This record gives sequence, C-alpha cells and structure tokens, in this order.
Amino acid sequence: MNKFLLAAALCLPFGSVAAETLTVYTYDSFVSDWGPGPQIKAAFEAECGCTLEFVSAGDGAAVLSRLRLEGARTEADVVLGLDNALMAQARETGLFAPLATAPEGLALPVAWTDDTFVPFDWGYLAFVYDNTKLADVPDSFEALAASDLSIVIQDPRSSTPGLGLVLWVKAAYGDGVADMWQGLADNIVTVTKGWSEAYGMFLEGEADMVLSYTTSPAYHLIAEEDASKSAAQFSEGHYLQVEVAAKLASSEHQALADEFLAFITTDAFQNVIPETNWMYPATGAAVPEGFSQMISPAPVPAPLTISDTDRKAAVDEWVRVLSR
Amino acid sequence: MGACAEPVSQLAKPLGIAALLLVAVLVLAPVLALLSRAEAGGVSAAVWPAIRFTLLQAGLSALISVALAIPLAKALARRAFFGRGLMVSLLGAPFLLPSIVAVLGLLAIWGRSGFFSDILAAFGLGPLDIYGLKGVLLAHVFFNLPLATRMLLQGWQAVPAEHFRLAAQLDLAPRARFALFDIPVLRGAAPSALLVIFMLSMSSFAVVLALGGGPKASTIELAIYQALRFEFDLASAAQLAMVQLVVGLAAAALAFHFGKAAGFGGGLGAPFQNWDKRRGPAILDAIVLVLAAAFVGLPMLAILAKGVVGLAALPPGLGAALVASLGIAAASTLLAVGLALALAQLIEASPRGRGIELFSLLLLATSPFVIGTGLFIIINPFASPFALALPITALVNAALALPIMLRILRPALSRVRQDYGQLAEGLGLSGWARFKLLTFPQIRPELGFATGLAAALSMGDLGVITLFAPPDVQTLPLLMYRLMGSYRMEAAAGVALVLVASSFGLFYLFDKGGRGAGA
Repeated sequence: MNKFLLAAALCLPFGSVAAETLTVYTYDSFVSDWGPGPQIKAAFEAECGCTLEFVSAGDGAAVLSRLRLEGARTEADVVLGLDNALMAQARETGLFAPLATAPEGLALPVAWTDDTFVPFDWGYLAFVYDNTKLADVPDSFEALAASDLSIVIQDPRSSTPGLGLVLWVKAAYGDGVADMWQGLADNIVTVTKGWSEAYGMFLEGEADMVLSYTTSPAYHLIAEEDASKSAAQFSEGHYLQVEVAAKLASSEHQALADEFLAFITTDAFQNVIPETNWMYPATGAAVPEGFSQMISPAPVPAPLTISDTDRKAAVDEWVRVLSR
Repeated sequence: MGACAEPVSQLAKPLGIAALLLVAVLVLAPVLALLSRAEAGGVSAAVWPAIRFTLLQAGLSALISVALAIPLAKALARRAFFGRGLMVSLLGAPFLLPSIVAVLGLLAIWGRSGFFSDILAAFGLGPLDIYGLKGVLLAHVFFNLPLATRMLLQGWQAVPAEHFRLAAQLDLAPRARFALFDIPVLRGAAPSALLVIFMLSMSSFAVVLALGGGPKASTIELAIYQALRFEFDLASAAQLAMVQLVVGLAAAALAFHFGKAAGFGGGLGAPFQNWDKRRGPAILDAIVLVLAAAFVGLPMLAILAKGVVGLAALPPGLGAALVASLGIAAASTLLAVGLALALAQLIEASPRGRGIELFSLLLLATSPFVIGTGLFIIINPFASPFALALPITALVNAALALPIMLRILRPALSRVRQDYGQLAEGLGLSGWARFKLLTFPQIRPELGFATGLAAALSMGDLGVITLFAPPDVQTLPLLMYRLMGSYRMEAAAGVALVLVASSFGLFYLFDKGGRGAGA
C-alpha cells in the first residue's frame, strides 16, 4: 500500500522542481498500454524538454464532467478526447481558450474552421458483422429495419457511440425518425451501457451486428490477422465522429499547451493513431495497409455539432419511442 | 440499558461513534455537495417509469432470490455430504463478479448462442430469448441467490445441533419441525436478506441495461449516471439520490418491522450430523442441491473456460495491478472490519440501536457515483483528489461493504448477548477479554464470512476509482475495462479470471478461516 501512496505522491506536479509539466486529461483507453498515450508521451517529451502527464477519467463525457466539477481549479492544461457531439456543451462552459494558431494540414471528410478545438482523429460509426455468417448485408437503415437481423447498440444516455447513433438516424430521417426507430425496435436485441459490453456480446454471437466503427474490422485484420469482420455501408451516409483537443483557459502553461496542440497535427502524433486508437488520422498522414480495405462511406448530411437542447430532445425522443 | 452494566469497552464506544459519523458523512455529505454546486435542472416527469421499473425489478429480484434460497439453505443446513464446505464457499463467488463478466458468463449459458440455445437448436428450436425483465431477474438471482442462501444458512446454523437430534428422536412431523425451526429462522434471517438484495439490485444498472433489452428497463441509477456524466445536471442527480435514499429507508423500515430475531438458546456446540434419515426429503434436497450447483456453476465454468484461454495473452502491468488491488482490498477490509464491529457493538449497546442500524443501511441505497462525485466536490478545494485516490477508494469501499457486514454481524452479536450475556456479566467478563474469550469465538463464522465479502467486494469495485484514478495506478478492474475498451476481449477475459480468482481467494481465506477446518 505504502508503495502506491508514494507512487501517487510522486505523480503530483512539483512545478518548479523539474522541467515544466503539461497535464493532459483524456479518456481511459487513450492512456492504456495499447492506446496512443505511451508513444505520444515519448514523442512529445523528446521535442519539448518537458514532462507530459496524461490523466484519464472514464470516457469523453466523463472527462468533460470532471473539468466542469473542477472549474478553474483544474490541474489540466489540455483536454484531449472530447468529440463533436460534446463540443457545443464544452464551449458553453467557458473553460477553454481559443487556439494560438489554426491547425495545419487537416484532411477531414468535412471542412474544419473551429477556433478552439483541434481535431486529432476521426471515424465513422457503422454496424459491424461477421462476413462468414452474414451473407445478406443491409445497405441502409431501411433495409436493416425490414430485415430480421439482430443488432446490439449502446445507450445514448451513457455512451458516446450510442448518442452518435441517435444523432445519425435523426440526421438521416429528420421528422421520420420515430417511425425508423419503431421499425428498428424488433431488430434490437439489447442496449448496453457502453461500447465494450456491446462489442463483447457481438463477439459472443449474441447478435448479427453491433454498432461500432468502420475501422473496427481493421483491428481484427491487423492485430489478429482475422478478416472475418466487416462494416456495412449505409446509403444514408454515416455519422462522423471527430475527436478533438483544446486548451484550458486556466492553464498556467499556455505556451507549452499551444506547443502540444500544434504537435497534434504533426506526423509524430498522427502516425501513432491508426494502430492504437483504430481511428483515421486527422491529417493526411499515411495509414497502414489494412485500413485501405475498410469501406469509405460518405458522411450523413448533418451539422457537425449539436446544441444541448437538441441533443436532449433527440435522446428523449429515442427513449419515448423505444419504451412503447 | 444503563443498569445492566453494558459490556462495551472504553475503546469500542468512541470507535462506534466515529463509525456512525463516517456513515452520516458518506450518506448525507455527497448529496449536499451536489446540491451546493447545482445550477439549473432537476428531475422531470420522465423519471417516473425509471422509478417504477427500479422498484419492480429490485422487489422481484429480492423475492425470487430469497424464495429459491429457502430450500437451498435448508438442504445445506440439514445435509452433511462430501464437498459441502466447498459448495458453501463457492456460493460466495457470483456475488464477487464484476457486472460485465457476469453478463458474458450468463450469456454463454442462457444467451442466443449459449449452451441451452445450442441444445435447443439441435432439436430445431430456439434460440432462447432472455432479454427483458426476465433477463434482469435471471442475472440478479444469479448474483444474489448465493448471498441469500448464505444469510439464511446462518439462521439455520444458529439452531444448536442438539435441537435437530431431539427432533429426530421425537420423530416430529414435518409441520412441527416447520413451526419450531423454519418459521423462526426465516423471520430472523429472511427480512435481512430481502432488504440487502433489494438495495443491491436497486443500484445495479450495467447489468439491467445489458440484459433489459432497451430503455423500458431504465433504472434510477442509470438516470443518476446520465445526469452526472452527460448532462452535468447536479440538481437532478441529487434529487434522484434522495429518491433512492427514501426508497431505501422505506424498505429498511419494512424489513425491520417484519424481522424478528430467533432465540434458540445456546447449545453445547455438538458437531452436526444427518439426523433426518427419511428418504423423501433427502431426495428432494439432493435435487435442489444439484440444480443450484448447476445454475450457479455453469456460468462460472464459462467464465473460467474463457479466462483460461486469455491467460496466454495476459498483458504487462498485470502484476502491478494485482498488487494495487490487493493493497486497496487489504486497507479497506481492515477498515471495514473495525468499523462494522464497532458500529455493531454500538447498535447492540445503544437504546437507539435500531435507528442507528436503519440509518447505516442507507449506505447500500447510496449510488457510488453520487458518493464519488460528492467527495470530489468536497475535497477538490483543499487537495488534489488524485493524491488521495487510494485512501478514498479504500474508505468508500469499506463504507459500501459496511451495511452488508452489519446485517451479518449484528444478529450474531445479539445472539451471543442473549445466550451468554448474563453468564459473562456474572463472571465480570468485559472489554477486550470478553471479546477475545466469548464474542470472537462465537461470532467467528459470521465474522469470517462478512470479512471475506468485504475484501472481495473491494477488489472488484470500480465505481469510485475511475473518478479519482491517479495516472500511474491501475487496479485489476480498471485494467480489465481498458483491455475491453481496446478490442482485447481475450486478454480482458484472462484478467477477469485473475480478478475473480484473487477476489474469491481472499473471500475463501476469511470465510474458511471463520468456519474453521471442520465446517
């Protein structure tokens, strides 16, 4: 026990004792041994002559909640891992400072003009299936709803991809969204708290398809040499998730934070992303061979961000329709 | 109580009061902290269905678990057979499973491509569809049937073996045995078991969602999570937490109203034997035992099988995570045992004991997210929550185990007082000597069981550490979730096995130690 108290104590920022320390709040899987965290820490520290410290707190939504709890007292200099669905809510908190320089070399499927948030990767939501078991793959929500295929999805009240799906169907079907969910209701085996439960249940064979990302099959292909997973391309277009970083206005290391945000769009950061976060780099950085076999759908025509009120209304509507 | 020379030692009373204060802080302070930071917001009418469903599933989970536990506990109480001790210990296992592991284990047996669906498919039937209320109940009964069984079993074991021998010698009719033994045992133990399971099921939500099939199966706990994580609506989280407290208080009051401690008197501690030689009940008991072993054992076997495959892919960092988890478990167990004993003695000694106990049980009705967030708000202005992460995790884990320990220890302490109190006072036995010579040997089985539960619960807990997680400390559950979050389901299953095995190891150590070599 003592050893760990000591370890925890040593992690406290000492400020003046050593070189400057930049504290970055991020989501949990980013800092795991298999996530991008360790490589990015090494690469940035080699450049900046500083210490980069990642602090993780659950998922992107949990990170934002934590920042709001801490307010201006936060130790965070930079937050990394919010996404476009959370951006409006994040901006409203007034905790973030505008970027010193606009990000360079972005290659997103949509134009990016935001002055506060830097995109660091992106991906499309998609339904993933086992291509050795499923022959008749639906090519739209309509086809999925008409089929008797089973799907596992995540709850928009507790999960970011779950929220993404609700916004996706809303963007594709507008006022007809309730009918579409009604149609999908009998395909839904269950709705899980988070991505891990849903994906685990899919791998156990509980459903024909699971809500995940177009890049999920790349993990199986590259890391496990297993080509049996594919993502279904939907004609309505796919929901685009852009993951972003931003600088805290309260940070005492503004210059270093700017340096890190600029570092995000360099190859040293971007090259790490595909095979650790299994998402697309935000710039035109090269992707590994396996990624070229992934489907490349169009984005569903929808605004990139969503206001708090609209998000709540969309989630409430989803709950109402599926509770019938 | 004043006149009858209360045997609470000089040290025990202040400790008991300190424990009570801690309970009060953990029940009330987080809600107040949330309210202090609340801006706009608050619950809407949309929360009613969630409240209804929470009551329904928690009530049914408790009733079914306890109803099924009655024949099982009775069979275990009156039969001596090879492997009985191991079976009693293994009954502790499901309770210790992290929810996601339990869900995947249950699905391997009951799921659409699970064991039974595969059998049905061979006959052109199926697959089984367990999603919905039935799935939620299946999971909660799987978690809690064993706990209920252990709690009821304790009731039956408090009946001195001599009573059963006498009943066999007198050849008492089943109805007479039922009235003499079963009714008093159940009145003593069943309300407690119902209450604990009701409260545990009330705050379950990952399991409820995964098996509930959709938003019809929404609980108050999910609404709290949503309010804290997505909406940052602290007012609504605080109000929902208060709803949980009120429901918990009502349930506890109900259980206290119907509960009545059984008084069988002391025995000579004769070893237990199969006095009942009739064939009918013996066959029935055998069937009950086999079915229960299969119901609890099959999902556990599935978890074991998956985990063994994953052992090949165990990640680096496992050792450190194991040590961190064991460290937290050791600290919180020590704390929990001290708190529970002190508080239980205070409850026994105080004229307001029932009130104190009722209040302490409210900890079970408190959402870990609310405690975590509330403590964060309280600590953050003064110190870095990261620096205090491990002590806080240990403290909160201890506090969350406390109500369950109390429900197990307090009846044992009353029994000792009823059966031996006068004798001890006649001998002038008090303080530490009384604890060492009388109380400890008498409550040893209950203390072992309760300590084992506290230790294992603390190993598996995740709720609080994620809020406070310091950058470089990783516990086993955290490691498991991180692996799952990065597609590494196989390695995660391996870590889950290590987690379950070490939790169960801790539990077994204490539980077996409590029951002694022969039990």
